[in-house]
Amino acid sequence: MSRIPGLKTRRNAELGLLAFAMVLVAVFGATVEANKYDQLQSSFWVPAALLSILFLGLHIVVRFVAPYADPVLLPTVALINGIGVAFLRRIDIANAINEKQGPPGIFSGIGGRQLAWTLISLILAAALLLLIRDHKNISKYAYTLGLTGIVLMMIPAVLPASLSEVNGAKLWIKLPGVSIQPGEFAKLMLVTFFAYYLVRKREVLSLASKRFLGIDFPRGRDLGPVLTVWLFSLLVLVFEKDLGTALLYFGLFVVTLYVATERSSWLIIGLLLFFGGVYVAYLLGASVGGPFANFYDRADVWLNPFDPAQYNRNGGSYQLVQGLLGLGTGGLFGTGPGAGSPLSVPEVQNDFIFAGLGEEIGLFGLSALLVCYMLIAMRGLLAAIGVRDSFGKLVAGGLSFTLGLQVFVILGGITGLIPLTGQTTPFLSSGGSSLMANWLLIAMLLRISNAARGPATSGGGTAQPGPKKAPTQLHGAMTEVIKP
Amino acid sequence: MNAPLRKSGVVLLVLFAMIFAKLNWVQAYKADDYRTNAWNGRVVVAEYERPRGVIEADSGTALAENKATDDTLKYLRVYPKKEIYAPVLGYKPVNLGATGIESSENDFLSGESDKLFADRLSDMFTGEETGGGNVILSLKTKAQEVAWKEMTDNERGATKGAAVALDPNTGAIQALVSMPSYDPNKLVTHDKNAAAKTYKELLGDKDQPLVNRALSQTLPPGSTFKVIVSAAALKNGYTVDTEIPAGGEYKESGAVIHNAEDEVCPGGQISLKEALTESCNTGYAKLGVKLGADKVKAEAKAFGFEDDTLKVGDLESGDGLSVAASHTGDIANPDGTTDKGALAQSSIGQRDVRMTPLQGALIASTVANGGEQMRPYLVQKLLSPDRRTIYTASPKKKSDPIDGKVASELKEMMVSVVENGTGKKAKISGFTVGGKTGTAQNAEGADPHGWFIGFAFNSKGEAVSAVCVMLENVKGGHASAEAARIAGLIMKAAAGSGGN
Repeated sequence: MSRIPGLKTRRNAELGLLAFAMVLVAVFGATVEANKYDQLQSSFWVPAALLSILFLGLHIVVRFVAPYADPVLLPTVALINGIGVAFLRRIDIANAINEKQGPPGIFSGIGGRQLAWTLISLILAAALLLLIRDHKNISKYAYTLGLTGIVLMMIPAVLPASLSEVNGAKLWIKLPGVSIQPGEFAKLMLVTFFAYYLVRKREVLSLASKRFLGIDFPRGRDLGPVLTVWLFSLLVLVFEKDLGTALLYFGLFVVTLYVATERSSWLIIGLLLFFGGVYVAYLLGASVGGPFANFYDRADVWLNPFDPAQYNRNGGSYQLVQGLLGLGTGGLFGTGPGAGSPLSVPEVQNDFIFAGLGEEIGLFGLSALLVCYMLIAMRGLLAAIGVRDSFGKLVAGGLSFTLGLQVFVILGGITGLIPLTGQTTPFLSSGGSSLMANWLLIAMLLRISNAARGPATSGGGTAQPGPKKAPTQLHGAMTEVIKP
Repeated sequence: MNAPLRKSGVVLLVLFAMIFAKLNWVQAYKADDYRTNAWNGRVVVAEYERPRGVIEADSGTALAENKATDDTLKYLRVYPKKEIYAPVLGYKPVNLGATGIESSENDFLSGESDKLFADRLSDMFTGEETGGGNVILSLKTKAQEVAWKEMTDNERGATKGAAVALDPNTGAIQALVSMPSYDPNKLVTHDKNAAAKTYKELLGDKDQPLVNRALSQTLPPGSTFKVIVSAAALKNGYTVDTEIPAGGEYKESGAVIHNAEDEVCPGGQISLKEALTESCNTGYAKLGVKLGADKVKAEAKAFGFEDDTLKVGDLESGDGLSVAASHTGDIANPDGTTDKGALAQSSIGQRDVRMTPLQGALIASTVANGGEQMRPYLVQKLLSPDRRTIYTASPKKKSDPIDGKVASELKEMMVSVVENGTGKKAKISGFTVGGKTGTAQNAEGADPHGWFIGFAFNSKGEAVSAVCVMLENVKGGHASAEAARIAGLIMKAAAGSGGN
């Protein structure tokens, strides 16, 4: 891809931001060691340096194959990823001290594993950028991706609990040595499929409607897919015992639908269906129990976390309460990295990493992290707005929104805003699936933002942003004609 | 498609703003709550980083101290005297809530008090973790241990009761016993499950060992209440020699009053002093009805009844162990007029009259102290970690229920009770003892409660102790005699001559 003079690539800005992010990660790691060992270990800089090399590698790939990509995305994600690695290493150090061992090796423990997962994730992201030079090409595989996504999403629900359940949520495939959270990947595939499907259907879904109460409602026969996905996500809610996942799938579908059709009625229908369904599931849990009982319990924990009966119950509010107490102990400024006791929160390396971090970096640090997530989602949406084809818009919009929604679901759960669910915190939580999937998501956003910010390329042919022309750009897809 | 994309962005912003708002709630607004929450393990570990202050009795005997351990909680709280002092000290467990002095003086004992700011500051420079501040109680080990021994070994086999002794001149509590008690060591063990189990057992015990009977249990005071009716009479023109109507039986509005025995005041008239000495029920019932409900209630209130704000602990901060309010009851018909039958019964400490043992001791102490009631307290001194005195209790007057003249008349009457009347068992050699017995009927068919409230003056005429002893459900008649005997021994020990 040759560069056009006059159009700024902003790659050097990206490099500068990346360097700043890595300095922050190094400072975090150094503070941890200063607090834990009263002095810096000679190797305190190594994890940050290794991360810098990895991110630098991706930066170089971006420089060559996506020169116009958004310069903020990569450094922001790198910062969160780096803080995640440093915090996981901090947990290793605390464990080593508890067991009266010396400092853990750079590649040992969950911090070391996370470092390795980062390497793999970055290779995947680079591969995606190298292989897919035009995001529209992905639409060729839309049905394959959609089908794979649904299968991946359903596997944990079908597997016996011993192979799929962690902390009461059936979201895993547990293999010897490694556990996979297939939903993380399914999410990406489903967004791609929805985008493709909706680009084809959008004319029908947005034009044919009945007006009722001043809102345009779609025709009954067009509701089919929405209802299917709704039912599907409620099944996920019940059988995977996870409200967050259900909210995530349904949310991403409704939003892509809304973006495709520009019809707010879809949002209203979606919200009503979802919250109606959740409320019914809650009532069923209270009266019938069975598969709904788990969801009812979680809602109960959410409503009364400080009730001693809930607190002492096995699977009750202990974790949530300990997380809240950790956050509260941190207060405005936090205890400082390495000076808190995040280990008193169960699963602090996974679902509750935000609570563990919050104890040490305080409200100010968490707010900064929150702003980072917001930046990523907003930059993604910006790419969606800037890109010229409908498919790209829907993919970038859907992915960005999904990422934002996932952050909301898990942080809302930890802070007690919504019932707690078993979502990972993107780029922070320990675990390969989440990290790989989310880096692929970022690679996709980088690719689309490159198209959005760069010069108009061949394929679409016109620089005129016109969503109505978009369907023709898609491989083998025909726009459905409205039949009244 | 751009418009809905922008709107989706706004939706995300709103969602993030909600998270931000909730984070502010958790980390700013609720931060202090969460930081100090009993379930917050960080608080516990930090608390056990330095040794907690020691609690000692008047004589310097350690009542609560620390033993270094090698688990994550560095110190174990130890109560060497076990159940004897438990109702006063309370306990400071790892996971449960603290009680007693351990709770009310927690800031000082843990070292967080502002009074210890200088010590904490010097810690910052020396890098040492000095302990918390030490609390010296007003309790006299001799009095406390005699009280505990005599209560638990009482000759009537009563299993529940309470005794409290205080210095009438200062309000310093010399002894405070609640029976049955419990071993606080089992509640402060670092084995949280064992502690929780013990706590559950104690909580479920029908004899309620965790209740401080001296302060928080109210029972009908029986004839000890006659001291209050006497005070009301003396204020209203009566003298110790005023003849009051008595008799073998008194019927009033459906209530029937008898005397404990037929030979008590069977005649038509009896002097006020004689009436108290023999504990004449009919005389006092008639006297109460004559004085009227308002005067009786007002007198009880003047002595401290109906006060639910009193705390016994530290005079400076006012913090301490809560004392339940004693009550006289309504003594009224549903239409608001005085129920004379109820008034007759209330005047001899029955019906709805309820009193704490501490209130009983306060009545006796007021009489012994010339009519001034001193505020009771337990914390005598606060010492810094290096045993520098930071605070010494300066006695405070609580109220003036009666004037000096009424006080000396009451004293004369109460001394007569011990010299010639129902309280003879309280006599101790070398002291002038005064008091009043009480035998309170409670539930139908249950054994009565035995009460004694009293005071002792030494040979120099100084009031040395005021006491109240209460034994629940005493078998075999003359329930108050055993209470009187124990009261005498406690006062003797409190005066420094008795026990060993």
